[in-house]
Amino acid sequence: MTYKAKPLPPVELPELRVVGKPLRRVDALGKVVGATVYAGDFSMPNMLHAKVFRSSKPSARIKRLDVSQARALPGVVCVLTADDLPDAKLVTDMPGQTGQKQRKGSDAPVLATDRVRFVGEPIALVAAETPDIAERALELIEIEYEPLPGIFDPVEAMKPGAPVVYEPDNIVARWRISKGDVEAGMAVADVIVENTFRVPFVDHAYIEPEAGVAWVDERDVINIRVCTQVVEHFRSIARAVGVPHNKIHIQGTMLGGGFGGKEDITVEIFLALLAKHTRRPVRLVYTREESIQAHSKRHPFIITHRTGVKKNGRITAAEIEMVSDAGAYPYLSPYVLLYATVGACGPYRVDNLNVDSVAVATNNPFTSAFRGFGFPQAAVAHEQQMDEIAKTLNMDPLEVRRVNYLRTGDRNSTGQEIKSAVWLEETATRALAALGEKTPERGPLKVGQGFASYLQSYGRITWFHDTSRAWVGLELDGTVVIRCGAPDLGGGQVNSLCQIASEILGVPLEDITIYSTDSALTPLAGTTTATRQLYMSGNAVFQAASAVRQVLLDRASKHFEEEPCDLDMADGKVFIKSDPENALPLSELAAMCAAEGLPLSNLALFKAPFSEKLDPMNLQGDVFPDFTFGAQAVEVAVDTETGEITVLKSVACHDVGRAINPTAVVGQIQGGSAQGLGYALMEEVIVKDGVIQTPSFSEYLIPTSRDIPTTKAIILESGTGVGPFGAKGIGEPALTPAAPAVANAVANAIGARIHELPLTPEKVLAALDRVRSGEE
Amino acid sequence: MQPKVITLNVNGREHWVALNPNVTLLQALRDLGYTDVKNGCEKGDCGACAVLLNGKAINSCLVLAWQADGAEIVTDAGLGTMSNPHPLQEAFADAGAAQCGYCTPGMIIAAKALLDRNPHPTEDEIREALSGNLCRCTGYTQIIEAIKRVSEEAREEGDDE
Repeated sequence: MTYKAKPLPPVELPELRVVGKPLRRVDALGKVVGATVYAGDFSMPNMLHAKVFRSSKPSARIKRLDVSQARALPGVVCVLTADDLPDAKLVTDMPGQTGQKQRKGSDAPVLATDRVRFVGEPIALVAAETPDIAERALELIEIEYEPLPGIFDPVEAMKPGAPVVYEPDNIVARWRISKGDVEAGMAVADVIVENTFRVPFVDHAYIEPEAGVAWVDERDVINIRVCTQVVEHFRSIARAVGVPHNKIHIQGTMLGGGFGGKEDITVEIFLALLAKHTRRPVRLVYTREESIQAHSKRHPFIITHRTGVKKNGRITAAEIEMVSDAGAYPYLSPYVLLYATVGACGPYRVDNLNVDSVAVATNNPFTSAFRGFGFPQAAVAHEQQMDEIAKTLNMDPLEVRRVNYLRTGDRNSTGQEIKSAVWLEETATRALAALGEKTPERGPLKVGQGFASYLQSYGRITWFHDTSRAWVGLELDGTVVIRCGAPDLGGGQVNSLCQIASEILGVPLEDITIYSTDSALTPLAGTTTATRQLYMSGNAVFQAASAVRQVLLDRASKHFEEEPCDLDMADGKVFIKSDPENALPLSELAAMCAAEGLPLSNLALFKAPFSEKLDPMNLQGDVFPDFTFGAQAVEVAVDTETGEITVLKSVACHDVGRAINPTAVVGQIQGGSAQGLGYALMEEVIVKDGVIQTPSFSEYLIPTSRDIPTTKAIILESGTGVGPFGAKGIGEPALTPAAPAVANAVANAIGARIHELPLTPEKVLAALDRVRSGEE
Repeated sequence: MQPKVITLNVNGREHWVALNPNVTLLQALRDLGYTDVKNGCEKGDCGACAVLLNGKAINSCLVLAWQADGAEIVTDAGLGTMSNPHPLQEAFADAGAAQCGYCTPGMIIAAKALLDRNPHPTEDEIREALSGNLCRCTGYTQIIEAIKRVSEEAREEGDDE
């Protein structure tokens, strides 16, 4: 069937000069000519090269560790083991800059002492004159393990008698929602639909492996030039290395991709320790294989939905259980699980709702942040469940959703009121309309269409009391400097800040220089995670630039003898609105201000709304500042002979609130979609008895240019977000609906549901066999 | 292993270097300061290290430096500069084809090699030419648009006559 786009409510957006324009990003030219110096590109005179010795066992006691031969190798300058760094622990279940109480026993040793819990756990560090010598030194390290029973299945790990990864038990975190009366809701349902869905380990697969250079300077400050999403880690690094906070200086670089994988500490502590011990610059660059082994993964989840529905599609009750594999150390597992819990029932009104979620320790690779942070896993389940409900009721999938979609003013799973626009039907109908008629089937090819809606938070959990800072200053020649600690992952974070300042100060984009991602020299702006930088730092820049603008307009008002409100600023000039020819260059205005000692700069602090921490056993209240809503529709062809799936068409429609730079927004939508399509079709870190079977890009496949089509991006702007100019966040939401949309399209094509991602040809053929044998 | 003195002609500049036989061209170039040649996997999976070797796009991690002795090597930084970017570099910047930018130098090299042999490729031909270069940020579309843009501009200017 064909769908008609639901008309949009009237929206009035102010006409802007810079914001909303598809301008060339300020960081683009340096990147395209190869001038951007990434973390692994930097070198210093007299620099050493580091390598990490890692565990080859998933669960073992270290009986003997002997590094004497490695130390004796000519060219080796330093070998460190846990003995050289007493008490060096990394608290892993606590995000960047907040003082949450962590679970006892959940801190990971920086280097393993007597016990290893996953393959790849760091045990020793080597610094040598060349990378080759460092590599040879690793081979000279002698280790004897006493294998201990490991546990690799989160469901088994919850059972009594299972090996305990760390005391007291394997339950890393638990969250619950109990809302309304589920029993009563199920009792009035016409049908109850139950399904269990599984999603695998996934790797971030940024093209830039983790890297950095560290050195100790003449102030005894340990400088670390590193690709990180979180410069605020300097505090944890200082604690682990045993120096005061002000003796660690993180100089963040442009990231060659992050996606959450560079949110936890990677190479920083190793580099700081080696620089401190050798007093020489040290570089550490992971190989691809080491990167895949050493950094976190997206959590596998097992999600069971039991949904009671009326014949008209209305959900009367839902019971949802989630089990996530936290791997060997918690890292951000408790919070990923919280996000998944809040998102468990999707963008639907469910008055009678029980959610019971648990994150479980295993001896698998540790899991933590990955673009979407639990919402994508939740969406894979709730969106397939909605299609299964539609199928059971013999209803159109859009109609079932329409009956249940949240609307502005409704309360979500935790009872939080949604105050911004909720354009679920608007986005879904546009995505479906643009997808168009189904492509005719040919030969063994079966064609299916499917879509998915979602909600996803942007901004951090409100009880984290999130803040960001930015400094904006006008130079005497009329150019502008921004200082803001925000790391740029490649999503256009710093460019957006420049476009915002450009808009407010009327200074052309090319006359703005931004300094960012430095723990000492730029005001701390918080993590580039949680789709928060445009919201948080965008608002901080908005405030700082507005304060400078006010000073300038007040002074200009004296000069022109006009009210400030009758003046405006653009193209490096201040002018009278009614007489734009009557203009004064900003350089002259800056000189007037400077002569009178007026402040030409401002340091702004933006605070997110703060809320109280909720009861984990019954999450009811506000958790996030706001949510983004949207949908994606895809068409697939399934080859019934080979089981291969080809995505023929893909359309994503999101309400981004306000697109600061539409080219960058399209890039986020298409790039997020690509990761989501990979999640659906091919991506899986296969782990067997704790050992990764997909250690490189030869085995861990991500989409190439031949594997996925263009995702058509439809940008809607409700102007109702809590970001600057009404922006919402799009970085993470862009990924979320893609995978469930594919899963629904495949089910539509073959008439059977595959309950586990990725949708490999083997699983497709097995599903087709079930159809033929009449099981489905 | 005995080192040998070889000549690496990079972006029009000659370097005489003594290298062991096991040093890859990628490593040699990066050690010489050509850090625009990126290391993403060291086994030919990702294409981030692509350079032109006698006009052909190759993964420099799969070529030994000795094999490039005397050959003409062009890296992305050899195509253009901040003040004088190559049309492909301009197009990548304008189309949003560089997000994190880490795959970008290799992508531009792959695109250059394609347009040199086929100035007006179809989208399929562009996708084929880029299929050895992984990008995790863009989903490839804005990269393809940048290449199309350059190809179309060349047609308008009649460069292919």
